[in-house]
Amino acid sequence: MFDSIYKWLDERLSLGELTAFARKKTIPLHGQSFWYYWGGISLFLFLIQIFTGILLLVYYRPGAEAFESVRQITYVMHFGWLIRSAHSWCANLFIFSILVHMFSVYFMKAYRRPREIGWFTGIALLFLAALFGFSGYLLPMDELSYFATKVGLQIPSMLPFMGHFTTNILRGGPDVSDFTVQRFFALHVVILPLLFLPLLGLHLWLVQKHGNAVPPSEEAKPLAERKTVPFFPNFFQKDLAMWLITLNVLALLASIFPWDLGKQADPLASTPDGIHPEWYFMAPFHMLKVLGNLLPGATGEVAGILLFTIGLALWVVIPLYDGESRTGTRGRNAHYFGLFAVTALIITTALGYWGIR
Amino acid sequence: MSEPTLKVQDPESTIVEAESMPSRRVFLGVAAAAGLCYAGAIGYPIYRYLASPAEMAANETAVSEVTLDKAQALPLGSAMIFKFGSSPAMLIHGADDSWVALSAVCTHLGCTVKFEPELNRIHCPCHGGVYDPHTGKNISGPPPKPLKAYKVNVGANGVVVSRA
Repeated sequence: MFDSIYKWLDERLSLGELTAFARKKTIPLHGQSFWYYWGGISLFLFLIQIFTGILLLVYYRPGAEAFESVRQITYVMHFGWLIRSAHSWCANLFIFSILVHMFSVYFMKAYRRPREIGWFTGIALLFLAALFGFSGYLLPMDELSYFATKVGLQIPSMLPFMGHFTTNILRGGPDVSDFTVQRFFALHVVILPLLFLPLLGLHLWLVQKHGNAVPPSEEAKPLAERKTVPFFPNFFQKDLAMWLITLNVLALLASIFPWDLGKQADPLASTPDGIHPEWYFMAPFHMLKVLGNLLPGATGEVAGILLFTIGLALWVVIPLYDGESRTGTRGRNAHYFGLFAVTALIITTALGYWGIR
Repeated sequence: MSEPTLKVQDPESTIVEAESMPSRRVFLGVAAAAGLCYAGAIGYPIYRYLASPAEMAANETAVSEVTLDKAQALPLGSAMIFKFGSSPAMLIHGADDSWVALSAVCTHLGCTVKFEPELNRIHCPCHGGVYDPHTGKNISGPPPKPLKAYKVNVGANGVVVSRA
């Protein structure tokens, strides 16, 4: 009976092509193969975000009742605290895993021809993930999320010419309010997913089309010496094992360290001490702070934004800059730039946390 | 996947090797059991989470008495709707000064019924079911059962409605 069902489906969907593709697809095997898992881990975490996000949507109410509904989810609904905690922890693991994925792609030079678009879409996905994080952070409307959003929205307001206008549109008024929650909610559950999903589709399709890139050290070897393993079932099994480990880590974090819900946001209260953004926004936050101290007034802010924008732009266009060169100077410069970027991010993040300690 | 093939050279060592390897059946059994544990560990919290409002409503229906402040002032020949536990109920002050409390949930498909004093009946606007306003008995139309009646106690400060 299964045979006849399979035949019926195969005739209409050409399932045979899929299985043939899965059987033919191979994964390069070398010293850095470990980093190939991180794209899959990111994908898995994203799927968990969709799943837990839909569950939170069952009880969450944006607008004036936002805090009350999150309080209900956390303290009244059975296991609501766990689902909310899993969503918050997973968001952080998601960003972390994308960053690992991005830096491994960078240092393995997997962005080179013909994989430039894979790199660009990946950066766009990271950018959207950060926006997911920023918009989702406000939704509980507790003290911390309120002030973090207030501070975070200062950044678009520094855009030249249209900063003030853009920020007011984003914020829904001159200050963070119920209107802000309502539009961040729309952003978080409708607009961002609409942008994210097709981009993710393109990104994944490109991975299938071009296959996994190998680092230059492997490229230097003759073809006969390079090893591969079949994707199905060998690599697929390991992928699943990684997903299982990820799931366990998430379950432990979410249940042992349940995500906190602070006091309800009060626009008239003064900002609590040690206010700081999520860790993935810490580096730019701290750099702005340092530059603001070095160069007083608006100069520091402008310099900070300018520096950051230039660094980011250089990072994004790396495939255009380091395209064809295999082991030439440009390739080495890109490598040093990468090391510099990682070091700068880690140090400024650490200093940021040191400062609020 | 193919089973590992064993070359039969020394029969004794072959047996030892085959025994030390968990069989495919054992492996699948363990994997299925672990999978079930995961499904349970994820499914149970989600079920309880989604069922929370239903459970809260069930706790509310455990209510056995409701006090309606100032309801003793309800005019003759009129009715008011109130919440008994989680569902609507109706207090009727009849033209003959009788006091009746009934469930206001139509026994047909659950619409909320309406007291019509001029026709001296309880009417369900959804499918035209009609009940007797004194007893809650179903008189005509689709309702299969009478409306549930509650006990009424009229005091100086309010009306106490309780399960009969």
